[in-house]
Amino acid sequence: MSRPPVRAVARRLGAGLVVLWVAATAAYLALLAAPGDTVDNIVADGADTPQIRAEIIAEWGLERPVILQYLDYLRRLGGGDLGRSYLLQRPVAEVIGEQIAPTLTLAVAAAGLGVLLALLIAVATAGDRRPWLRRVSSGAELLLVSTPPFLIGLLLLSVLSFRCGLFPVSGDQGIAALVLPAVTLALPIAGLLAQVLRDGIDKALDEPFVLTARARGVRERTVLVRHALRHALLPAVTLAGWLFGILLGGAVIVEQVFGRPGLGQVTLTAVTTRDMPVVLAVVTLSAAVYVAVNTVADLAYLLVDPRLRRS
Amino acid sequence: MAPLVTVEDLHVDFDTPTGRVAAVRGVSFTVERGECVAVVGESGSGKSVTARTLVGLAGPGARVRAARLELADTDVRAHRPRDWRRVRGRLAGLVSQDALVSLDPLRTVGAEIGEVLATHEIVSRRERAGRVTHLLDEVHLPEPERRARQYPHQLSGGLRQRALIASAIAGEPALLIADEPTTALDVTVQAQILRLLAERRAAGVSLLLISHDLAVVAQVADRVLVLRDGRIVEHGPTDRLLREPTHPYTRQLLAAVPSATSRGRRLAGAARVGDARATLPARPEVRADDTVLDAGGLTKRYGEHTVVRDVSFTVARGETLGLVGESGSGKSTVARIVAGLLDADAGTVTFEETPWAGVPERARRPLRRRLQIISQDPLSSFDPRYTVGRVVAENLDPDVGRADRRDHVVDLLRRVGLGADLVDRHPRQLSGGQRQRVAIARAIAPRPSLIICDEPVSALDVSVQAQVLDLLAELRAADGTALLFISHDLGVVHHLSDRVLVMHDGAVVEQGPVGDIFTYPRHDYTRSLLNALPTLVTAGRPEEKHP
Repeated sequence: MSRPPVRAVARRLGAGLVVLWVAATAAYLALLAAPGDTVDNIVADGADTPQIRAEIIAEWGLERPVILQYLDYLRRLGGGDLGRSYLLQRPVAEVIGEQIAPTLTLAVAAAGLGVLLALLIAVATAGDRRPWLRRVSSGAELLLVSTPPFLIGLLLLSVLSFRCGLFPVSGDQGIAALVLPAVTLALPIAGLLAQVLRDGIDKALDEPFVLTARARGVRERTVLVRHALRHALLPAVTLAGWLFGILLGGAVIVEQVFGRPGLGQVTLTAVTTRDMPVVLAVVTLSAAVYVAVNTVADLAYLLVDPRLRRS
Repeated sequence: MAPLVTVEDLHVDFDTPTGRVAAVRGVSFTVERGECVAVVGESGSGKSVTARTLVGLAGPGARVRAARLELADTDVRAHRPRDWRRVRGRLAGLVSQDALVSLDPLRTVGAEIGEVLATHEIVSRRERAGRVTHLLDEVHLPEPERRARQYPHQLSGGLRQRALIASAIAGEPALLIADEPTTALDVTVQAQILRLLAERRAAGVSLLLISHDLAVVAQVADRVLVLRDGRIVEHGPTDRLLREPTHPYTRQLLAAVPSATSRGRRLAGAARVGDARATLPARPEVRADDTVLDAGGLTKRYGEHTVVRDVSFTVARGETLGLVGESGSGKSTVARIVAGLLDADAGTVTFEETPWAGVPERARRPLRRRLQIISQDPLSSFDPRYTVGRVVAENLDPDVGRADRRDHVVDLLRRVGLGADLVDRHPRQLSGGQRQRVAIARAIAPRPSLIICDEPVSALDVSVQAQVLDLLAELRAADGTALLFISHDLGVVHHLSDRVLVMHDGAVVEQGPVGDIFTYPRHDYTRSLLNALPTLVTAGRPEEKHP
């Protein structure tokens, strides 16, 4: 019964590998199809002589057929080697390694805050105890979901930082600097998740087992949290996995708005300068995070619903 | 001492978007300590609302008024939520129908029972697990320690229902409200659960039993209230009420119960036996050698598990073959194989002298229209976007011209007792009985030689069931259609079938003429099925088993 679902995990990891391969290949092809010459990109603003060009071609193996270059790329990727940045002349892994921490901190903080807010809102407004609060909350959620995050960020900045001076305008100094970017990213997530959770709770509250629980003399709040909320988690977990993927994309923009270091800065520079290895690495990394989060979400399903544990 | 429950002139209204609906209109009754009172009625009669009002759970938007509403000498009319919480589980426990959904599917059985103990602080946290085991033992759940750690879906229907009862009695309530406690269960399991409830009563607990089934009620109730449209139409001691019903509605309910003695007569509307209108039309002679369907050696496995083993039978033209068995006996799998919807691992099926099993669907297609199916839940067999007219027209002969189709549909609807005004309605706007009639209209549209009826009346109230059974009996007499009638209800099968097939664990244990099998059962399993049937002692039918 409580045997770990080895097969299920193996199957999901296998599927995850396929996703990673597709993502890496798609990014490779896209960059190949983009206009511009790789040698030009590597030369960039440096000295440009035929000799240097020949050296570059030899060093990066650019004279080989594209398919061989692609296979070489896959082989190195499989071995965990992300290659070297054209522009910075440093291993990509090092470049990303330096910048990933602030981005992950931001993403995890935003995800945590978003989920927490969603849970609080959903539990406070589900059922028919406070119809007015529910109406206000639904409106606010819709507004949050339909507002682009950068706009929320700018609004928060102008009110809380410029006018009230509560939080630093930019930078990465301590917790205070994390608050506004995290809130910016968390609010739309909270809005969407809260709606899904509340729907789920409302549906669960109509189920016969809730009547049974109430007939035991259990408090309404306990009924909600202990019985109904768990049923509402099932759809929310799926959505949360997907939202975390979105979050990484959102982080890139929000980092720009708040002038934070992180992958956002790296990605933007890499794309504008056609630093192919870095772009590829960021895409593959995003896919990996996405796969990991969704695998966790699938496993969380088994944790929430015992009926799915039958193999 | 005052009664445990006193209800006087109870009214419950519901505020709905379309206006106020009166569910209970002036109900009065009492329940003495240690007494079992049954409330009988069909869906919509207000019986569940009445019961739930006693624990303050009439439902959202309910407005409760009463001259007196007393529980254990306390007026509960002005109870606030906090007061009600002290009543629920402690003074009155609730057992609902189908523990698969009435117990939280995400929590273990032990956690559900423990919740009562924790809420009312009945035992300390340390003693809780022990008390849960004790309670499961009390309701005769084998291996209580292991069961407490299991989830509802891991238990069989009967064991689940026991666990639900254990959770209802955990707070040692003086009153147990059982709302259709056996409805989803097989007869043998039903008998066990009724025995368990009787045991609780013997232990001094008062029982308020809500049911649509008079036979179930007759087993345990001291007194019966018959509810209709929110009013009590008749009440009295169980024995008196069943033997000498005074109200026409009670008589109608009793007459609607299908059984051995009801063969050949109508169930609906005929309150008295011997009424001319009560006799069903004569049927054409059935010739046993003229077979419509011949199934031989059917076997179906799912992995290690054999769900159907070596099942053989024939259905003659115009004959009705009853297929009886409990859930998991394989009867529905047999139906799906015979219908050509599922491939058997072994065995043959011949329909209208044509190989039917193990052939490509293309070979079956020309004869498909000759074999129709009526299922338990017609709504899910209808395209939700279709109107009633379209549902029925779908099955008309393709040669019927466009202009005539509507007339044909109206004719068919008339044959099943539905008006032409329903043609443009959607099935979900209809009642359960009307939906089943639409399903029957669709099934008879292509004039089939065989209709497979899979539990066609199981989800219906007894009076609606009576109407649908009457309809099937009339149609088979008029059209000479053979029926393969699958049911867990022995009474229904006895009422309608010529021959019967008893299935147990995937195999046929007994088959033959229905009278022989049910009167002189040879197999132990058939005997146990018959013994488990609730006895209904009624006017003109003393002391009989009700198949």
